[in-house]
Order: sequence, then structure tokens, then C-alpha cells
Amino acid sequence: MQLFPCPFCGPRDETEFHFGGDAGNVRPDGADLPIERWANYLYLRSNPKGAAREIWVHVTCGEFFVMERDTVTHEVLSSTALGGEHAA
Amino acid sequence: MTRRYSALSLFKEGLAGQTGWKQAWRSPEPKPSYDAIVIGGGGHGLATAYYLAKNHGIARVAVLEKGWIGGGNTGRNTTVVRSNYYYPESVELYGLAHRLYEGLSKDLNYNVMLSRRGMVNLCHSTVEMEMGARTVNAMQINGIDAELFSPEDVRRVAPIYNFSPDARFPVFGGIWQRRAGTARHDAVAWGYARAASRLGVDIIQNCEISDFIIEGGRCRGVRTTRGTIRAERIGMAVAGHSSVLAAKAGFRLPINSYALQACVSEPVKPILDTVVLSPGTGVYVSQSDKGEIVIGGGLDRIPSYAQRGNLPTLETVVAGLLEMFPIFGQLKLMRQWAGIVDVVPDSSPIIGESPLPNLFLNCGWGTGGFKAIPAGGTLLANLLATGRHNDISRPFDLDRFASGRLIDEAAGSGIAH
Ligand SMILES: Cc1cc2nc3c(=O)[nH]c(=O)nc-3n(C[C@H](O)[C@H](O)[C@H](O)COP(=O)(O)OP(=O)(O)OC[C@H]3O[C@@H](n4cnc5c(N)ncnc54)[C@H](O)[C@@H]3O)c2cc1C
Ligand SMILES: [Zn+2]
Repeated sequence: MQLFPCPFCGPRDETEFHFGGDAGNVRPDGADLPIERWANYLYLRSNPKGAAREIWVHVTCGEFFVMERDTVTHEVLSSTALGGEHAA
Repeated sequence: MTRRYSALSLFKEGLAGQTGWKQAWRSPEPKPSYDAIVIGGGGHGLATAYYLAKNHGIARVAVLEKGWIGGGNTGRNTTVVRSNYYYPESVELYGLAHRLYEGLSKDLNYNVMLSRRGMVNLCHSTVEMEMGARTVNAMQINGIDAELFSPEDVRRVAPIYNFSPDARFPVFGGIWQRRAGTARHDAVAWGYARAASRLGVDIIQNCEISDFIIEGGRCRGVRTTRGTIRAERIGMAVAGHSSVLAAKAGFRLPINSYALQACVSEPVKPILDTVVLSPGTGVYVSQSDKGEIVIGGGLDRIPSYAQRGNLPTLETVVAGLLEMFPIFGQLKLMRQWAGIVDVVPDSSPIIGESPLPNLFLNCGWGTGGFKAIPAGGTLLANLLATGRHNDISRPFDLDRFASGRLIDEAAGSGIAH
């Protein structure tokens, strides 16, 4: 059983967390966006093997945050709250 | 001297002390160029090479596999073969695969041990029963065999299920596909490899693709751990590693990679002669020909390339199994393992040209591509040979994500995701 660090609640059981997608996948803004831009935002994923920056939600407290982890070793490198600015 | 398998060759080899069997496929050195390259020596890659040679007469083909053939998901799955899908596009695809499976042992001269033992998807409430009736209707309208089972029917095919009045997942009925069943997964890989090799295909193992050769905006070959190999048509069928190779080719895919686990018990006497899936527990189970209980469940919850699986999901699967079959509480688990599967938002595969011209995709089969191997191979071979879709592969092109014509089988096919 792996513990994930919620920036608000501290280390908690992995089953309390839900994966939310690539960090930095910002919703496109503007009226006349090409359809591909929407498809990229909605569907395309980096899905890296190794170092990854991802959005997760701690379902228990409801907070979203950015977790850096290795998708092969599952080592967690950092876990930071989402600020007011975009998580890049 | 024995090349073709038959009752007679078995008999002769018996007399000769089994000394005459030949290697099932050749292991040649890679040539500098081919007419077509197939990346990935799983079922889909090997089948692609076989159908390129057989259906299109293109035999200057190399299958490049980084490890050993069938060492990916093809050798790690729970071997269920069925075609109980919902949408017409999927019916065409999985129906083609199922039909080819039924003639495969003969076609390949290799026994893939297809066993049409039937499969029941259980319904645990009146609502699930209504959805079950809808699925059965859809399948029948599409010409796929399906039956709506009553609780008594389920009891007939799976008498050891937990039918007690206080069962947590009571049986209201089920969706039955009689032609569904299992096949020997290694044999599918080996059978295609042998048949392709006999038609002249080079199967090259321990050959990892590290990069693509891109000239004039087109893919012209690959760089590998065994040198540079060129071709004007390149297909890739690397399952959970599709995003890794896509990144090298300069594009992204609508895929997340997850571990999917399975486990088997010690072998016991025959006790379950069908495949049983419970959407309530998310667990499905069958008994192998050796007697092991083969147990599968849902995806791991964490995107991962760690080919081992995590404990919480295994616990959920085993707990679910015991809700379904309390009698299995005495069994010892022998092995647990995982494969890395490529999960797509609409749970349907991606078949078509990639954003890099000359490079074609066969991926996104996720948790369910074993049953589809003969179709995936036929369709990728057709794309590589002609450069164009046929009617069956067209809906599965990558462009469906921009056009919004998704084929959402997550619920329709009853797969545990
Ligand atoms: C536990 C489990 C249970 C499953 N149960 C079922 C089931 O019951 N029924 C069903 O229909 N499906 C099932 N599946 C899904 C099914 O196994 C897969 O969809 C199918 O095997 C995919 O076949 P493939 O040939 O595309 O991929 P694979 O068999 O994974 O082959 C891909 C190959 O590509 C190679 N490769 C990767 N990267 C490179 C590179 N850079 N260079 C060269 N080679 C590379 C890999 O080594 C691998 O051998 C299950 C999967 C798992 C993991
Ligand atoms: Zn929290």
C-alpha cells in the first residue's frame, strides 16, 4: 500500500486519491479556436514513462493539487497545492 | 524434418523419440531494409505480419520486438475471447476477430486451443436486468449470438456461484454468449509467429526501437538496438508503450497507460466450465485447462508503467471473487502479475495513420485486445499494404477525437474499467 502526500492532509492511503490528468493542460480560451485545439485539450495526453507532473484530487478532503512522480518507480518527488495561477 | 503439425507427424515423432521437431520460427539477422516494418511482437504485431504476407503478398516484412514475442500483454492476459459489444462499429470489428478465431487453429496449423465454453455477464438488480435486455437486443439485431439468462439459467451454468438469500450480489439473470470462451494466449503469439515466418517474415527479438528516421516529413525507418532498419510503411502495435514511441515520432495520443492485474490459483479439479463476469464486483473468472482458477478484475487506479500491479486493486479483486464464489476461500493463489495497457477515453482501439506520414497505429486496445488480435492484424496489414482504411477500420481512426464520433464501449461491452 502506497501513501500519497496531500498538501493539506499529509500522507494518506493511495486509495483516497483520484488521478486528474496532465498538469499544465489549460483549458483553451477564445471564440474561434480550431477544432484540433479542443481535441488536444480534451483528449491528448503526454503519458510519460518516468518523470510526470500530474493533477490529482484527494477525494477525502476534495482538494486538487499537483504531484510530481515517477510512473515507473512510483516515487513521489513533490506535492504542491494548486495556486491561484495556472499550474504550469 | 517435421514442419507441419498433424496426427501423423505427432505419431512419427513419437516413434523417433521427438528428435525431429524444427524450430517453430526462424531468428534471422535484421536486413537493412524491408517493404514493411511492424513494431511490437505481441499478438497484433505478429498477426499483422502474417496477414501482410498471406492477404497482400508482402513478405519482405520484419517484426521488431524489444523483448521476446508474446512477452507483453499477449502473454499476460486472462485469455477471454468474446464479441458481446454494443455499437455497430465494434460489432463489425470484434465479430471479424471472433470469426477468424474460430478458424485460426486450422489456418495457422497451430492449435490455439479455442474453447467455446460460453460466458455470462451477471445482472445483480432489476435495473441491470433491463440494461442486460437492451444489450442482448442490440447484439441480436447486429447478428451476434446472445441470450438473456434467468436466475435458473445462471444456476445451470455456474452452480457454485453464491446464490444464498443474503448474498451481496444476488443474481437477477445475465447476458449469455455461447460462442464466447477462452484461447491459449501464448499459442496465439507462437502460431502467428510460426505461420508468418514460414511465409518469409523476419521475426527479430531483443530489438528495441529507440527512434524514428524522419526524412522530408515522412517516416522512413527506425533506429534500433540492432541497427538502423528502413521501410516505407511502418506499423506499430506496442500496446501500453504507444505514448512512448509517439513522443519519439513527435505526437501525442489520447492514451493513459495503466497496469492491469490478473492472478491464478493452484490447479484444482474441474469446477467451473464457463466464464463468469460480475459487474458488481468488477471481477471475472474462468478455469484454465490445467485446472487453475484464472482471475481478472479492473484497472489499477494509478497511471503506471510498473509492470507489477498494486495491492489495493488485488485486494478488491480477491474480495470480489469471494463474494461471488465463497467456495474459493480455500484456494491458494499461485501467481499474480500485471501488464501495461493503453486506455483510451472511449475504450475503443485506435487503428489508422498516425500524424507522422508512413507510420500507422494499432493501439488503444486497453483491457480487451486479446480477443481482437486476428482483426487488429488484418486491419493494420490492410492499412500498410494499401495506405487506406477499409470500412471496418475507418471508424477507429485517430480523427474521431477531433470529429467527436467516439465509439464509447465503456458501458456497452461490459468491460470492467
Ligand atoms: C492482466 C490482463 C488481462 C487481460 N485479459 C484480457 C482478456 O481476457 N481478453 C482480452 O481480449 N484481452 C485481455 N487483455 C488485453 C490484451 O492482453 C491486450 O489488449 C493485447 O494483448 C494487446 O496485444 P498487443 O499485441 O497490442 O500488445 P502486446 O502483447 O503488449 O505487445 C506489444 C509488444 O510491443 C513491444 N514493445 C514495446 N515497446 C517497444 C519498442 N520500443 N521496441 C520494440 N518493441 C516494443 C513489447 O515488448 C510487447 O511485446 C488483458 C490484459 C492484461 C494485462
Ligand atoms: Zn487532503
